[in-house]
Amino acid sequence: MSYDVNKREISQDLYGELLYRMIKINRFEERLMHLYNEGMVHGTLHLCVGEEASVVGSTAALKTEDYIFTTHRGHGECIGKGTDINLMMAEILGRSGGTNKGIGGSMHITQPEIGVVGSNGVVGASVPISLGAALTIKLKKIPDRVSVCFFGDGAANQGAVLESMNLAGAWKLPVIFVLIENQFAVSTPPKKASADPDFVKRAMPFGLKPFEVDGNDVLKVLYTVAKAREYVINGGGPCLVVEHTYRVSGHSKSDTNSYRSEDEIRHWTERNPIDRYSKYLLDEGIMNKEEIDAVTLNAEKAVEEAEKFAVSQPEADMTKAELEKLVYAD
Amino acid sequence: MKEISYREAIREAMSEEMRRDDSVIMIGEDIGVYGGGFRVTEGMIEEFGSDRILETPISETAFTGAAIGAAVTGMRPIVEYMFSDFMGVCWDQIMNEAAKIHFVYNGALNVPMVIRAAAGAGTGAAAQHSQSLENMYCHVPGLKVVVPSTPYDAKGLMKTAVRDNDPVIFLEEKLLYDTVGEVPDEEYTIPFGKADIKREGKDISLITYGRMTGMCLEAAKKLEAVGYFAEVIDLRTLSPLDTDTIIESVSKTGRAIAVHEAVQFGGFGGEISSVIMESGAFYKLKAPVKRLGAAFCPIPSAPKLESNIFPSADRIYSVALELLKK
Repeated sequence: MSYDVNKREISQDLYGELLYRMIKINRFEERLMHLYNEGMVHGTLHLCVGEEASVVGSTAALKTEDYIFTTHRGHGECIGKGTDINLMMAEILGRSGGTNKGIGGSMHITQPEIGVVGSNGVVGASVPISLGAALTIKLKKIPDRVSVCFFGDGAANQGAVLESMNLAGAWKLPVIFVLIENQFAVSTPPKKASADPDFVKRAMPFGLKPFEVDGNDVLKVLYTVAKAREYVINGGGPCLVVEHTYRVSGHSKSDTNSYRSEDEIRHWTERNPIDRYSKYLLDEGIMNKEEIDAVTLNAEKAVEEAEKFAVSQPEADMTKAELEKLVYAD
Repeated sequence: MKEISYREAIREAMSEEMRRDDSVIMIGEDIGVYGGGFRVTEGMIEEFGSDRILETPISETAFTGAAIGAAVTGMRPIVEYMFSDFMGVCWDQIMNEAAKIHFVYNGALNVPMVIRAAAGAGTGAAAQHSQSLENMYCHVPGLKVVVPSTPYDAKGLMKTAVRDNDPVIFLEEKLLYDTVGEVPDEEYTIPFGKADIKREGKDISLITYGRMTGMCLEAAKKLEAVGYFAEVIDLRTLSPLDTDTIIESVSKTGRAIAVHEAVQFGGFGGEISSVIMESGAFYKLKAPVKRLGAAFCPIPSAPKLESNIFPSADRIYSVALELLKK
């Protein structure tokens, strides 16, 4: 699987893989919501339905060695980067076979060996940490590696994020800020929360190279983030990529959607990035209907398998002493 | 043996560790040619260069996060805050991030970093530049808390802190920076969780740490003049805590005062007291355990206002005498 940033070309298998990943994320999230309603999830859920193109396009532009830092709404980025969904599902269902052995739950998925340095429950808090990974890359002169932080339009107004943009610019760190503008900080839209909701402008004062993309177009997202990555690798310094999308999921499992109309949700559901991309593949003759159906089936099977694996795992259970032992490395 | 200051001891420890291990870096405000808020890092940028002595904007949240990210990806950063009070600015990164990463990620990541900060009062710097907030740090599982009282301890504990694989809050008492003491020429480290008996005695245990260690030693001298022998225990690290030394000492003396510069209410003295009460030492008590800490108020600036709120050697002496007469 490969892509050529400059020619904006990708290999045939990557076309299918992008679709597969988007559907896998979508079905994973939808299934979790169902399992939550069945009483199978102890804890909360922040789902990313509607944002599949942003997370898949962004992560597909990265290498396994690249570090990613994501948010409370981080399932998509983790799956995009290659985290095993069997382990993720087990984690979220509180099983001992989970990525974090049930200790982290939905908001703390991690798999450092593939660069998923962590999801994070505090809005904006993983952004400063991503600078440190970038600092390590810079100080150790590690070639062909970047650090990437994902955050939303809500986090964009956190002091931690604004400070980090400045420090990244001041130190010329190899970091990509990926702002997934999903239109809501819980219930608050950017135009209400931000003095100027044009987030791309925020690149300017901090010396970040700005990029902006339709976050519901997976190919454009892939090319844009790949461009940004190339810019960073070539020593250009930090970048800001603003991806415009729409969070169809509620903020969390307890969202009643009181701040938006059903029409609005329907409007965006009808324009979901998966159908849009499928139509593109068909129209361009890249994949036929049978091939798309096969990809869909495979993705759905993977989610079914993940659930089977998760429920086959014993419930996470560690003693007080075992948990206390885990607090420190030394 | 040589005599050096507390400030020099910390600088020596950090410099030796930086020479020993390339992954050790320093991150903080004005730690380059300016030498840091209290001149602790003076001369280090000349030796180690600006790639390893990283000067930051006044952005505690951003550079603390950067240190955490560097730590989880293979570096060993030492962060300096000019004043420990400023941890309030970036507490989220310390409390929600550094302290929790190893645990929530099921041990997949370590956070080997040291957070150094000038703490304590006595300089007239008032309410936002004088606090002793160690209890706040001790209350967060995942942090280790170190408060050295002498140059010897400062050097040995700093070297341990740099080599430790967890986030360590290293509190440097401002009024101790210029104090001098003997430090061996050869390499040494001091383990965490091991208190030091700074003076042995049989009649009463004065359990303390940091600057109050000196106050307790002064009080012990005065007590000796009237025929009582106080044991002065310097805890050195509060988390982990050496409970054995406390219990052993109080089992022997039967009397105890927990002394600290931090506010008494909700302070570490309560923890020390509980360690005694919940152990066999309780049955050996001849008098109630006392706590001596600062008044329950923010720290005022003018000299008399400031000193009036803290325990003094005289106050420790008189409270000890009350207990000794019981």
